[in-house]
Amino acid sequence: MELSRRDVLAALSAAGVGAAAGCSVLPRRDSRPVGEHEVATLVAVAEVVYPSDVETVEGFVRDYSVERVRGDDDYAEGVSVAVADLDDYATDWYDGEYVDLTRTQREDLLDVMGVDTADPDPNGLAMERVRYYLVNELLFAFYTTPTGAGLAGLENPPGHPGGTQSYQRGPRR
Amino acid sequence: MSSDRQNIDRTPTEKADVCIVGAGPAGGIVAAKLAKRGYDVVVLDAGPRFDFEDRDERMERHLRPGNRKPVWDVGGPRDAYTSSGEKYYPLNASRVKGIGGSTLHWQGMVMRLHEQDFSLHSETEMGDDWPIDYADLRPYYADAEEELGVAGASDNPFAPPREQPHPMPAFPPSYSDSLFADACKELGITTHSVPNARNSEPYDGDSPCVGYGTCKPVCPSGAKYDATRHVEEAEEHGARVLDRVPVQRLEHDAAGERVTGAVYATPEGEEYTQEAREFVVAAGGVETPRLLLLSKSEQYPDGLANSSGLVGRYFMDHLFAGMGGVLPDQRTRQKHVGFNTTETHQFYDRDSAERTAIKMEFLNYAGPEPADVALEADSFGDDLLDEIRSAYGHHVAVGALVEQLPQKENRIRLDPSTTDAHGNPVPDVVWSLDDRTRRTIERANEIQRRILTELGAEIQWHVGPENTGPAFHHMGTTRMGTNPEESVVNPQLRTHDLRNLSIAGSAPFVTCGAMNPTLTIAALSSKTADHVAERL
Repeated sequence: MELSRRDVLAALSAAGVGAAAGCSVLPRRDSRPVGEHEVATLVAVAEVVYPSDVETVEGFVRDYSVERVRGDDDYAEGVSVAVADLDDYATDWYDGEYVDLTRTQREDLLDVMGVDTADPDPNGLAMERVRYYLVNELLFAFYTTPTGAGLAGLENPPGHPGGTQSYQRGPRR
Repeated sequence: MSSDRQNIDRTPTEKADVCIVGAGPAGGIVAAKLAKRGYDVVVLDAGPRFDFEDRDERMERHLRPGNRKPVWDVGGPRDAYTSSGEKYYPLNASRVKGIGGSTLHWQGMVMRLHEQDFSLHSETEMGDDWPIDYADLRPYYADAEEELGVAGASDNPFAPPREQPHPMPAFPPSYSDSLFADACKELGITTHSVPNARNSEPYDGDSPCVGYGTCKPVCPSGAKYDATRHVEEAEEHGARVLDRVPVQRLEHDAAGERVTGAVYATPEGEEYTQEAREFVVAAGGVETPRLLLLSKSEQYPDGLANSSGLVGRYFMDHLFAGMGGVLPDQRTRQKHVGFNTTETHQFYDRDSAERTAIKMEFLNYAGPEPADVALEADSFGDDLLDEIRSAYGHHVAVGALVEQLPQKENRIRLDPSTTDAHGNPVPDVVWSLDDRTRRTIERANEIQRRILTELGAEIQWHVGPENTGPAFHHMGTTRMGTNPEESVVNPQLRTHDLRNLSIAGSAPFVTCGAMNPTLTIAALSSKTADHVAERL
């Protein structure tokens, strides 16, 4: 299942962000709250929380995130802090940043932090910030797209202007 | 995000013909109708002018779980209220103050009241009769359907007589509807289409519905009718519309026969008086009586237009009754659109005083959507997808609107112990349910259970008399009648007490049936405009 440019636009629409400008380049680390490292970390998280047979995750997350942080300084700052939280845990447990871990280690780390059961809270504890800014943001982006929601049988999810035909159709056999 | 523009001239208009309070559907339609006839019209609204371009962001506020920011910025000192009745009334849950009013938020269902609604007491000894009948309102209903752009079909055997097709074809039934249709047929229940105030095709320059699925509370495409259309039309014909100018009170002449001015506050903290020959209050079923009560004077110590003592009395709302569950072995294709396409009005008209009206709706948005499940889940990856597949797509639900009869003790009154941002007493909603309404909700539940059982559904939830809530249709607080001792406005929608003060909207409703009220609001507003024009 491949995520397309249409999915990026759908996710951005649901996230209240206008049309993507097509720019997927971010500054290097430290020049802005969200740079290449933060986006790479978002991609690494997405590879764990998205279904395994989804393709082109990196392009989707990169395009979505670049537009999502543009013009939303609070969100960008929150992502930056949450990535630092995640890296702190990764360093403590595996002596490396989150992006350097294996897929299994990344899955385990979310469990170890308690992100799977944490309430999303932008002002909460580390696991609550990670859940809010990284995990839930990525899940929201994915499952509001025709591709993501379509995996569950909803090819026109709320927030996506997918027309007025699909609601009339029966399920695929 | 909204009209925060500086240097807007909010000083009064000189020599205005008409001053309208409220820029929702009632005020917007009256303004457009009168401006098109060449009258100088001023509209004053308490809330802002929302930018259309911001609707995507408002949609996100709705879609993103955990977001606590109100979609339409309702709340805070401006919108303070209390609820002191037997049943709590969450007034701010579903109203919008601003240009367009609550149609910015509404679902967009537009049915005519039935003939029986206008003569309910005569036919059943319940409630009261209206001083007008269906035939009086029938041409205004036809006009309202054009004004709102209604997509509908003439397939409803229970609907009152009509003279022409709806302006647009109805939205076809959903896949989910087809499941219900079979079950209902087995039970002898006739289903039919739903008239929707959303474009099933391009209409008057506006987009057809593109299926965002977030109709309530926000339509990003503009395909769902909202009253900004009429406000813009009014402005195109010369009307002046001021936002963020809450009217504080109405003033009258020495004889107490005519309103002379509407005193309003500006964002800059100034206070002005808008004079006019005619005044129309179109601020909904809560703020309309509140404004009249706030406008008390030496001559009218109980509030303006309130010599009957009935301003604010007979507050009504529709009650929700619902039931839902899952079809474990079937996909039901929910959540593709945010509106309904099949109903049955078979249980609407009353055979006796045993129960009130029921309008049954088959929902196209039952159960959670995938993003809802994902954001609450404690699993990730493939396990999460399995969880979502299990949780989404099997749900079905039947909702209903249930009529509440007018009861004098249900009312909007002022709460002097709590004040709003301008120091005015806030509205206090006094609301309760009577036994007949509870019985009718139970009857609706019985029908819903039969349908879902026939469908083979595992019933998982229901909303009955014990946990019902309002449909946020505020009606009946300046009731219409011919006797000044028993009503606030006459059949021309003019107050009995003041010769140049009219009420447009849902406040003049005598009874409320079980139909969503906005088409009747629009029809009465057109009628109001005609009568105001007759006097100008």
